[in-house]
Amino acid sequence: MLRIALAGNPNSGKTTLFNALTGSTAHVGNWPGVTVDKREGVCKKGSVPMAVVDLPGIYSLSPYTPEEMIARNFLLEEKPDCVINIADATNLERNLYLTTQLLEMDVPVVVALNMTDVLQKRGDKADAEKLSAALGVPVVCISALKEEGIRDLVQAAYKAAQTKRAGTSVLAQSPLAHLIDDITIALRGKGVAHPLFHAVKLAEGDEPEVKAHPQEMQTVEAFKKKCADGFEGDYEALIADARYGYITQHFSAAVSRSERSEKLSASDKADRILTHRVWGIPIFLVILFALFHLTFAEDLFYLNAIFKIGFDVETGNSVLDSFVAVFFSSAGVAAPGVILFNLMGFVCTLAGNGIASGVSAAGAADWAQGLVNDGIWAGVSGVLSFIPQILFLFLLLSILEDSGYMARVAFILDRAFRKFGLSGRAFIPMIMGFGCSVPAAINTRTLADEKERIMTNRVIPFFTCGAKAPILAAVCGAIAAQYAGINADLLVFALYLFGMAMAVLTVAIMRQTTMKGEVAPFIMELPSYHLPQLRSLMVHLWDKLKHYIKKAFTVIVASSVVIWFLSNFSWNWQMTEIQNSILHDIGAFVQWLCTPMGFGSQLGKFGWVFVVAAVTGLIAKENVISTFYVLAPAIGALIPGWDDGESGIGPVVALMQATGITWQALIAFTVFNMLTIPCFAAAATVRGETPKGKFRYTLAFWMLTSYLTATAVYLVLTWWWTVFILLLLAALFAAYVALRNRAKSCPCGR
Amino acid sequence: MEKKLSEFTPGERGVVRRIEGEGRVRRRIFDMGVTAGAQIVLRKAAPLGDPLEITVRGYELTLRKSEAACVTMEVAKDA
Repeated sequence: MLRIALAGNPNSGKTTLFNALTGSTAHVGNWPGVTVDKREGVCKKGSVPMAVVDLPGIYSLSPYTPEEMIARNFLLEEKPDCVINIADATNLERNLYLTTQLLEMDVPVVVALNMTDVLQKRGDKADAEKLSAALGVPVVCISALKEEGIRDLVQAAYKAAQTKRAGTSVLAQSPLAHLIDDITIALRGKGVAHPLFHAVKLAEGDEPEVKAHPQEMQTVEAFKKKCADGFEGDYEALIADARYGYITQHFSAAVSRSERSEKLSASDKADRILTHRVWGIPIFLVILFALFHLTFAEDLFYLNAIFKIGFDVETGNSVLDSFVAVFFSSAGVAAPGVILFNLMGFVCTLAGNGIASGVSAAGAADWAQGLVNDGIWAGVSGVLSFIPQILFLFLLLSILEDSGYMARVAFILDRAFRKFGLSGRAFIPMIMGFGCSVPAAINTRTLADEKERIMTNRVIPFFTCGAKAPILAAVCGAIAAQYAGINADLLVFALYLFGMAMAVLTVAIMRQTTMKGEVAPFIMELPSYHLPQLRSLMVHLWDKLKHYIKKAFTVIVASSVVIWFLSNFSWNWQMTEIQNSILHDIGAFVQWLCTPMGFGSQLGKFGWVFVVAAVTGLIAKENVISTFYVLAPAIGALIPGWDDGESGIGPVVALMQATGITWQALIAFTVFNMLTIPCFAAAATVRGETPKGKFRYTLAFWMLTSYLTATAVYLVLTWWWTVFILLLLAALFAAYVALRNRAKSCPCGR
Repeated sequence: MEKKLSEFTPGERGVVRRIEGEGRVRRRIFDMGVTAGAQIVLRKAAPLGDPLEITVRGYELTLRKSEAACVTMEVAKDA
């Protein structure tokens, strides 16, 4: 099968084109660096199927960032039959810069001019023929979004893939032409593939090339000495200038610009407000709050909080009552996310009753009924009932991503971030962490600086992901239900902010101790704003939904069954009550470890459930909730006057009553789960994204941070004056680090 | 008149003369289209005064003042 590589600038519509070509559903976003790994699909739009490889978006083939090296190595070593170079026609000059580098490789290239429809709307025109004549390769106008011109593109790529092409360089007219010719011939004589490409890179003084071809590098050095030009041997600058010079010369011929109106575009207007000198940062905080408020608020308009308005509806029909309670309750009018959660909880309760009566009607044995109702269904439904709410949060995050606002957030916050030792660019993967840590960790590949990459990977889990959100929602809901005057919604938001603050704080500490160094540079494209595409939003949501459902019916079912088994059987394989079970013994054995955090030995006989939940959470964070759901009925069976609770937070409320855990300890428990080792999947991804052999330090970092922080949170919330002791300890630590750093940096202090 | 890009005020235009600095930052600046002869308009500074937003080669780019200090500009005469 013919293999085609897709290469192009970040944010040029590459992933959209990939989806259009292969009919697949990869995630599209509006900020540079959505695709950071290569991805394969099959295109069946042409006469023969062809394999399509989507490479990470790159501006250049320089050796500085990991994703540029991924693209470069793929093109040089895997030898695709043809490269489709997608170029954003609305931003042609910079896009063609990469094209001039791709053309130096010995591979057929087809240029796909994307967004020509947008160009036309602006009144500009792209002349594919002129461009094709100048570049010497086929140029096809397409609109990846509207799927226009895709067939022509596939046809052109198929035709080009049948041919051979020798690299050409725009440097043929530059003062370096002779030097490059000489090296090309020398390399070709040695049988090196892509000689022209390597020759140009050698002249640029590109590190990997200099190492690979030391002999030819001597030719370059000799040439530098011999030849006097305006660049004083600075060929990197000379080559970049020559490329852009060539582009401006031909670019003006290819795209004829109509008179640019001096009026501000809609994007400019939006930008004026969103990055306003004064309002920029407050607006960001409001947007962040709105995101979580719309997802988690029981009292959307604060009617209850301010006017004490509640909505208790009594119709006499219990099913109807619980349906009405989906939308409003005594706490006020629910936010869309909470309505979704309630609806799903309503459906899950009905389904659960159906399953329970079905199993008992089938005459299943007691243990089998228990396994199905309290093991599998309780665990799975606990997770399922949160899915719509979490998907809603995802939707809001995707809208932010898709609109182009993320890049502005990096722009606004860079200065503040730099104080703590990170660039604003690192904030994008962190915000992605609110969705899921796995893609967020993969995205850190776009960060050029290794230390920044390590630190970002370590703190991404502190940005509470979709799987941890149910823990926050359930715990905060339960606390609010138990203690009047606590607003669950604000508590959730506070915990989210706390996670972010911990990320910033730990990065600052790492910068002063184990990760000393300069802050990475911040040179980033700010894409135009655009309205989010409904289709790409839906595709993204659908992906997430599939992911969650799959997880609920695999990992979560398996863990729930194991937890159910361990909590219902004793060591001699007899079914028993929970206080004699295997799980009880295991839990009670390690329970004391959590004493400093408030959910250890002080909780008495059922206190170990929190330890067990936290441990199962290391596999997948959904397990924390599903463990609660599986264990709550078993514990409830031992408590007189047990109320299973109607809403989704019922089991947590029940466990609070059963164990007598304080709200302070519950918060500490949540903080521990937020900051500790994330799920297996995220830990494995972080391991892959950080340098080899150093992952154990990251594990230690997560364990230590979560344990110490949860302890501090418990202490301060329970006995407020302990804050002074902790501050004193922190000050001593800071003084020690400062003194040590000074001793090291002072040249006289040995 | 020559001036560093970092000393530009919002709305000021100019043409790039040369780029100082070294290694990856300099290369990145080149790759993003800031090369000798490129026209640049300084759009604005971020709310905290840094980084800067510029228009270069028809698109918006952001970079820090410290990086903009590597770029020497010829200030355009206002018409």
